[in-house]
Amino acid sequence: MKILGYIFSFLVFPGFLFSSIMGLLVGWVDRKVTARVQWRVGPPWYQNFVDVVKLLLYKETLIPAGVSAGTFFLMPVLAASSASLVSTIMLMVNAFPKSGFIGDVIVVVYLMIMPSLALMLGGFASANAYASLGASREMKLMLSYELPFILSLVVPIMKSGFAVKFGTIISHQHASGLTIASASGVISFFVMLLCVQAKAGFIPFDMAEAETEIISGPFIEYSGKALGIFKLAKAILTFIIPIFMITLYFGGINFKGWGFITSVLEYVLILVLMILIKNTNPRVRIDQAVRFFWGPLTAFSIIAVVLAYWGF
Amino acid sequence: MSHKATIPIGPYHPLQEEPEFYKLVVDGEKVVDVDVRIGYNHRGIEKLSESKSFDQSIFIVERICGICSSSHPIACVQAVEDIAGIEVPERALYIRSITQELERLHSHLLWLGLAGHFLGYNTVFMWAWKYREPVCDIMETVTGNRQNYAMMKVGGVRRDIEKDHIPYILQRLDELLTKLEMLKGAVLDDPVLHARLKGIGILTKEDAIDYSALGPTSRASGITADVRRDHPYAAYDRIKWNVITREEGDVFAKTVVRILEMMESVSIIRQCLDKMPKGPIDSKPKDIPPGEGIGQVEAPRGECFHYVKSDGSNSPVRHKVRAPTYMNFPTFRETVIGETVSDATIILAAIDPCYCCTERLLIVNDKDKELMNVSELIKMSQEKTALIKKKMGIA
Repeated sequence: MKILGYIFSFLVFPGFLFSSIMGLLVGWVDRKVTARVQWRVGPPWYQNFVDVVKLLLYKETLIPAGVSAGTFFLMPVLAASSASLVSTIMLMVNAFPKSGFIGDVIVVVYLMIMPSLALMLGGFASANAYASLGASREMKLMLSYELPFILSLVVPIMKSGFAVKFGTIISHQHASGLTIASASGVISFFVMLLCVQAKAGFIPFDMAEAETEIISGPFIEYSGKALGIFKLAKAILTFIIPIFMITLYFGGINFKGWGFITSVLEYVLILVLMILIKNTNPRVRIDQAVRFFWGPLTAFSIIAVVLAYWGF
Repeated sequence: MSHKATIPIGPYHPLQEEPEFYKLVVDGEKVVDVDVRIGYNHRGIEKLSESKSFDQSIFIVERICGICSSSHPIACVQAVEDIAGIEVPERALYIRSITQELERLHSHLLWLGLAGHFLGYNTVFMWAWKYREPVCDIMETVTGNRQNYAMMKVGGVRRDIEKDHIPYILQRLDELLTKLEMLKGAVLDDPVLHARLKGIGILTKEDAIDYSALGPTSRASGITADVRRDHPYAAYDRIKWNVITREEGDVFAKTVVRILEMMESVSIIRQCLDKMPKGPIDSKPKDIPPGEGIGQVEAPRGECFHYVKSDGSNSPVRHKVRAPTYMNFPTFRETVIGETVSDATIILAAIDPCYCCTERLLIVNDKDKELMNVSELIKMSQEKTALIKKKMGIA
């Protein structure tokens, strides 16, 4: 019976189905805020659902000629399943801080790489010039943002007495102050905010799918169900990223009473920050992105780690 | 081992509103060669114009381009006036200048928005196009239309600017100017935009001269060429204004030139409204004698040139149009090689290409002997398609 419980929590709640619905709603918030910033009206709340249902149920799924169908179709599934697993783990440890396991932070970090990796392999598997170019950009981007991302992740871990467990990080923050309330926490929070911007594929780091340059890059040959599942994976990732950051810096989501409202406010704050960065910047070139992540951001995250070591 | 790959931009690509084919040969991200194919957009404008009367051909050339729909008619009526030596009333000249500058404002704002869009900066795209609204409103007040103004006629203009409308126009201009200042600050002080635009797609002064680049493309490379000053038409020699130039020749310089030109345009419109004399707006010419004439206009993208030949009948026997993009887009090759694919799109966009203006087809008529009839043309097209398909390995 325990196995059935696990399968349920992975596929339905709080895993794939629930996270997809939340992700599509978050995607609507993104579209709506973007529209308001740009003096447009924006779509109704169900727009993203309609889009995905259309892709999943009604659109033809094509395979480009000369492409290995196995790799080509495995990649969206891989992306969506690892994104759902991240979301399951994150929501479970937030609801029951004791339910985690030692090293779950590392597992989540690995699983969060999977969607990018799947996108990359899917792009290379599409046998399309734009897709390969997009995939190679995704690869370079991944190599560049992972370094400051991991370094800034070290700060909350150090703050909670070197515990690589979300449950301990949350309980430690409740006991002795939030990570964000320290100098090193603030620095590493902003470094991570920019890294997750790249992870979510938001402007200014959306060069892997730059529409006006390489026509959505790795997605170009995907259609129908495969594209729909990729979109869901992206939506789930966008939904879970702010929760990941709340867990590390704001002491996790509080599901009881007024604390829940505060948590929602924190969530909206992080999301709107990401959307605003997206809407007030042009897309940068891949070499500029690499220089940015390996230069100033890595330096800042090292400073944060040193400050955390000294106890600031 | 070579790692060269081909990245096609076009014939259908989200970058371009019009079908045009750029084949970029890339080594990794770097562009090493480029092949340009044009000719997807031929519409037979010149031939059409020859089948219309002088009054009607103005409306045909107005539809060459939806953006330059004041430049082409002005150039056309100037060519016809050149044949007949028609004196245009003073007030009509001022009104022509006003429509020209309004057109430049809306064209540059449109370009700025599109350039933002190509960089993934959709906020600039939407904002620039919103700020373009006052220009369209003024255009509607002045000409009755937001686009395709139908304002020009041989010997004058078709509509007068009412006295009651001038305060409204000035008020909308003020509104526009504050927004332009804001947009100027937002674009010129943005460090990320600096990083994206500075130093890329440099067109040197020598190359600009060799390719005979025109308009903002050449003025950003340090060439002070402007038809409005060099061959004054309309009312441009009666008012004070500056030719904006920059020395750098990169995409940023082209952006700066366009933004500062918008400021100049606002000042020109204000001066024109202020100095405009009273009087007739049309000299009502009757006949066009045999002869040939030219009309030059500084369109938003550069010099627009019209040549008209008359045999004394009521329609042109030859009407030649040269749009500025025809001279500007070959510079793309010079500017893009050595840059990255990411920059290729904005470098191409920086010349503000307008292909529907540009494309002409020349038929060599060998002593009235038919070289090729319709079925032969279709056959040639089919053969070519089969050849391309064979090359690409389909069918």
